[in-house]
Amino acid sequence: MRQHETGVSRERAEYLSRRRRRKRRVLGCQIGILAAFFLLWEGLARVGIIDSFILSQPTRILETLLNMSQNHLLVHIGVTLYETLTGFLLGVILGLVIAVVLWWSGFASSVAEPYLVVLNSLPNIALGPVIILIAGAGTRAVIFMALAISLVVTVLEMLAGFRSTDPELIKMARTFGASKRQIFAKIVLPANLSTLFNSLKINIGLSLVGVIAGEFLVSKAGLGYLIVYGGQVFQLDLVMSSVLILAVLAALMYESVVLAQRLAERRWGRGA
Amino acid sequence: MEILRAENVSEKYQAENGEINAFESVSFGVEKGEFLSIVGPSGCGKSTLLSVIAGLVKPTGGRVLVEGEVVTGTSPHVGYMLQRDNLLEWRTILDNVLFGLEIQQAKTPENVQRAVRLLETYGLAEFVEKYPRQLSGGMRQRVALIRTLAAGPDILLLDEAFSALDYQTRLTVTDDVYAILKKEGVTTLMVTHDIPESISMGDRVMILSARPARVQDILPIDFGPQRTPLGCRSHPNFAKYFDYIWKELSQNETT
Repeated sequence: MRQHETGVSRERAEYLSRRRRRKRRVLGCQIGILAAFFLLWEGLARVGIIDSFILSQPTRILETLLNMSQNHLLVHIGVTLYETLTGFLLGVILGLVIAVVLWWSGFASSVAEPYLVVLNSLPNIALGPVIILIAGAGTRAVIFMALAISLVVTVLEMLAGFRSTDPELIKMARTFGASKRQIFAKIVLPANLSTLFNSLKINIGLSLVGVIAGEFLVSKAGLGYLIVYGGQVFQLDLVMSSVLILAVLAALMYESVVLAQRLAERRWGRGA
Repeated sequence: MEILRAENVSEKYQAENGEINAFESVSFGVEKGEFLSIVGPSGCGKSTLLSVIAGLVKPTGGRVLVEGEVVTGTSPHVGYMLQRDNLLEWRTILDNVLFGLEIQQAKTPENVQRAVRLLETYGLAEFVEKYPRQLSGGMRQRVALIRTLAAGPDILLLDEAFSALDYQTRLTVTDDVYAILKKEGVTTLMVTHDIPESISMGDRVMILSARPARVQDILPIDFGPQRTPLGCRSHPNFAKYFDYIWKELSQNETT
């Protein structure tokens, strides 16, 4: 039983305040490191120790970000976001469907195993040129790229989760005469809610990797395109701004998955 | 009236490194409302026998009849309780108890009401909306029993259902469960490796031989009316029964 905050003992109050202080200190250090990094960068660039033409500098990045409309930054962010989310959703849905099929049929999964292992260890970016030939040099190719990178991982992760479902729980369901469909819907899937979300967290990152790699290759729009373009025309402010936006974007998407997980856990419990 | 009958039931199962004869020509009958304990050396296929009776495993020979009908698969007439409680952590106690009814698509208002009444009768009313992790081991086992009973079985199979509990909890839960089963009038078959447990609950104790198991002996237990599992442990006959079963079991250990 958790004790309520009111009427706690002195030791407990001390313990709680120690924990709060520690939390604040950690946060303070984290923010401090970030601020120090940017200040150092700016300072060194100003005194000329680092070449701001090559490495840019925070004030110039800020300027680039403020002039977003001029360099169509928002459009590029939108393109990258669209491609990543589409690749992510496709990867999750397809991956889940394939994992369910492989869980369902032991035969199919035995057949598929060596293929999955090879596809998983193959750096799928190597397929880039082929994907471009098939899907055309455009958004479609980029989405395919994201899919190529995230799909196999999703399948393997989900399948491993499904398979590691406690066999005793499944036996219990079978004693009531549960069908395979019922076992999946009422035991295997809810028991793997946390596996599902862990796989989503990995997936969102991988989709972004795939999208940026795809944009490097196809180069029409998006943050990946901006990075390559900026590098080629020596507009390093643009490159650094894009990288910065990418970092923020990745963090936001990751946090959305975390938020979705919290909501799902509140709705369906924590799983096994 | 005989509610369950096993006729020359045999089970062989295939593994990669060979064939295992779990048991051979096992025959016995169980009366309605009776409590039959089954003991035997470990690995003699006691649990497999229950799985066959439950219809989870097809016998390779012979047949099992429940109320005169041959068992071909699982049926709502037979409830099966495993060693672990296997409560689903993401469901409340009530939803756990309703799990069997849900699977059997028998979640009618009457059945739900019956389940709720069972929870109330057996001291779990205040935990209906709680989650399994908030309950003690003994309470969890009681919830698991009520989940099995909520589906309204006529025969209950207990597979070492108390061995996961610590000794003290086990004794009290055994008493509770026994009272519940007698009150609900459920015919019960209990597999156990604990001789005192088999004597304290069983109306008869069936002793199986080592693999391939056969019925070696069936021992009637008599402690008179008003017996409770805990109470009969101090009965003068208890030690006699214990010695008898112990000798029977050790006799086939040496062969």
